[in-house]
Amino acid sequence: MLTALLVMTGIALLLGAGLGFASIKFKVEGDPLVDKIDAILPQTQCGQCGFPGCRPYANAIAGGEAEINQCPPGGEEGIRKLADLLGREFKPLSEEHGVEKPKSVAVIDEATCIGCTLCIQACPVDAIVGAAKQMHTIIAADCTGCELCLAPCPVDCIAMEPIAETVDTWKWRYPVFQIRHAA
Amino acid sequence: MLRKLFKFHGGVKPQTNKEQSTTTPIAPVPLPDRLVIPLHQSVGGHPRPLVQPGDRVFKGQRIGGADGNLSSAVHASTSGIVRDVLPAVMPHTSGLTTLSVVIEPDGEDRWGELDRINVRAATPDELRDYLRDAGVVGLGGAVFPSHLKLKPGKEGSLDTLVINGAECEPFITCDDMLMRERAADMLKGISAMRHMLQAREVLIGIEDNKPEALAAIQAALSASGEKGIEAIAIPTRYPAGGAKQLIRVLTGIEVPHGRRSTDFGVQCFNVGTAYSIHDALEHGRPLLSRVVTVAGNVKAPRNYEVLIGTPMDHVVRLAGARHDTDRYIMGGPMMGVRMPAFDVPVVKATNCILVGSPALFPPPPPEMPCIRCGECAKACPADLAPFEMYWFSRARNFGKTQEYHLFDCIECGCCSFVCPSHIPLVDYFRFSKSEIWAREREKEAADTARERFEFKNLRQEREKQEKAEKLAAKAAATREKVAGETAAPGAAPAAKPGGDDAKRALIEAAMEKARQQKAQVAPKNTDVTNPGVQAEMAAIDARRAALEPPTETPPPAGQA
Ligand code: SF4
Ligand code: SF4
Ligand code: SF4
Ligand code: SF4
Repeated sequence: MLTALLVMTGIALLLGAGLGFASIKFKVEGDPLVDKIDAILPQTQCGQCGFPGCRPYANAIAGGEAEINQCPPGGEEGIRKLADLLGREFKPLSEEHGVEKPKSVAVIDEATCIGCTLCIQACPVDAIVGAAKQMHTIIAADCTGCELCLAPCPVDCIAMEPIAETVDTWKWRYPVFQIRHAA
Repeated sequence: MLRKLFKFHGGVKPQTNKEQSTTTPIAPVPLPDRLVIPLHQSVGGHPRPLVQPGDRVFKGQRIGGADGNLSSAVHASTSGIVRDVLPAVMPHTSGLTTLSVVIEPDGEDRWGELDRINVRAATPDELRDYLRDAGVVGLGGAVFPSHLKLKPGKEGSLDTLVINGAECEPFITCDDMLMRERAADMLKGISAMRHMLQAREVLIGIEDNKPEALAAIQAALSASGEKGIEAIAIPTRYPAGGAKQLIRVLTGIEVPHGRRSTDFGVQCFNVGTAYSIHDALEHGRPLLSRVVTVAGNVKAPRNYEVLIGTPMDHVVRLAGARHDTDRYIMGGPMMGVRMPAFDVPVVKATNCILVGSPALFPPPPPEMPCIRCGECAKACPADLAPFEMYWFSRARNFGKTQEYHLFDCIECGCCSFVCPSHIPLVDYFRFSKSEIWAREREKEAADTARERFEFKNLRQEREKQEKAEKLAAKAAATREKVAGETAAPGAAPAAKPGGDDAKRALIEAAMEKARQQKAQVAPKNTDVTNPGVQAEMAAIDARRAALEPPTETPPPAGQA
């Protein structure tokens, strides 16, 4: 009887020590759930969700402080993925946060630009190059289309242009449409 | 000697329909009124235009320079005037445009100065650069720049060079006719490739439904007397002309998922490519034309030697398109893609213009549910499970399709061909592949954006900190200076050294300084005045002293 007790206590201690060791040794830095949510968010960093960037929104979702339908750039698909990840119910994009738009890039009308540098300060991803009193321009490859540079421009010389489809980005359509078409 | 041949998994035997276009030799095509030459014709970078509207170009002149090493140059196919450099509809299902050079031929077809190379003296690297600038790409349909494939593996030599003359797709006979008519030159190209690759042996695989081509190659072989090159008849079964399938049939090597044939000492080239390599190396002629089969709904199916950039309908007219023609398909019925218009140009990838009509290619019967009969898996030459990939493609579960090795699918169409439910399986796979690529692009963009956003935040944080540090340093410097000053005169409110209220000390020091300054400033304008004025001033001072409290209050900072 005593031996049995001792053996059980021994095993319990051993396993406890093992678990304790593992929890220190394999400690995960940061919150893995936030990382997973952040990976789904489109990283446009536009703030339309009401948070200053995607990561803060991810934090808020993980903390239960925000709904999953507040990110317009992510669109319906993003919401679906979040719903899948978090096991929540899908809901349509909340209207107060904006509407889904085709992916665009900002273009500066270089003749009108007065070189005020205000847009540079607004751009969350440093996609604008220029210097005071010099013409500014946008690195299209790095622009996320967040539209944050539009409002600060005092001469309204920034416009959003939808990204045109090229052969490299063209996608085959979902076949069902073709069949209906043929039938 | 009879070589042991192997079998690849699956495959189908569609009706070949090849006899119609092999009765007459390859015919030349009269110059069209306009050539539209797309700059991007091969896998890899987009070549940049080297000409401007109004320029005179000669035949063989380079009009698009290779963009990096994974790219291939483009040339003017005839002499004439450049009318435009503009985006034009390209031979692609999407109907999208790509930057093209429009040339109006002058009818003289005059060659420019040719860029020759001494094949025997040049190093392999020079030869490769030369082929890149000659625009030689794989003519089997994949248009992969050939110079990149002409590199021996890590060992510096290759075991087997496989030359693909199988041409398994129905209707297409361009390689067949090329082998029949130009076997000797083709063989010279094969020898050059063999030399560059240091290949031990060369196997030319030809489907056994092309006895004339096989005989022509064998005759050329015995005439040249080169050892180690063998032309082999392989059983006719679609898709024996797939690179992996042909390698399997000839060498028995099955290239596994995620590996390349070069890892096993095998490289594969198309016969047409061999011929253009010969043309480039021997005659200095870049790739300007190719043999194109025109077949299907035409009166006289035939092969034509077509200049790159010739509008498709210009060629089809020669073969006599029937009236009910409603579409052109580039490629064969199994793998071909529908063209968006009739006047799209012939490009390096165009092996066949299949003219279609509702009678010849009736609309597919409606798609029925998959009954999981497994016919598609039996037919798949890549040994995949098409019904699983179909299921997950349909559900847009792209992760799962990749688990079933979607990217090993060569889009051969065998599965759609055998499916009793008429499911357009390949369409689903193409859809999934392009969705996956799009997602990868998006993910990459998101990752860059995240990185840049985080960096910007970091930078702003750093700048803030740097500013704070600078301020602190400045404050410390003033403090030190003040401490030194107050210590020297030993005057009244001495700063408590090292005390918590260093700030107060600082303020007091500033006040002290101001007081001193004031004291110094006061007498400044007194030395120039006469005694009368001085007496007046003294009287004022005395009056003020009487009014003011005995302890001197410090003046506000502004007054100092
Ligand atoms: S709305 Fe979407 S893209 Fe914009 S900051 Fe919020 S999470 Fe990011
Ligand atoms: S350039 Fe304008 S739209 Fe583009 S990322 Fe910067 S702020 Fe957003
Ligand atoms: S052949 Fe067609 S019906 Fe049969 S398992 Fe494959 S997809 Fe399903
Ligand atoms: S199209 Fe793809 S899945 Fe279908 S048989 Fe060919 S390789 Fe297999």
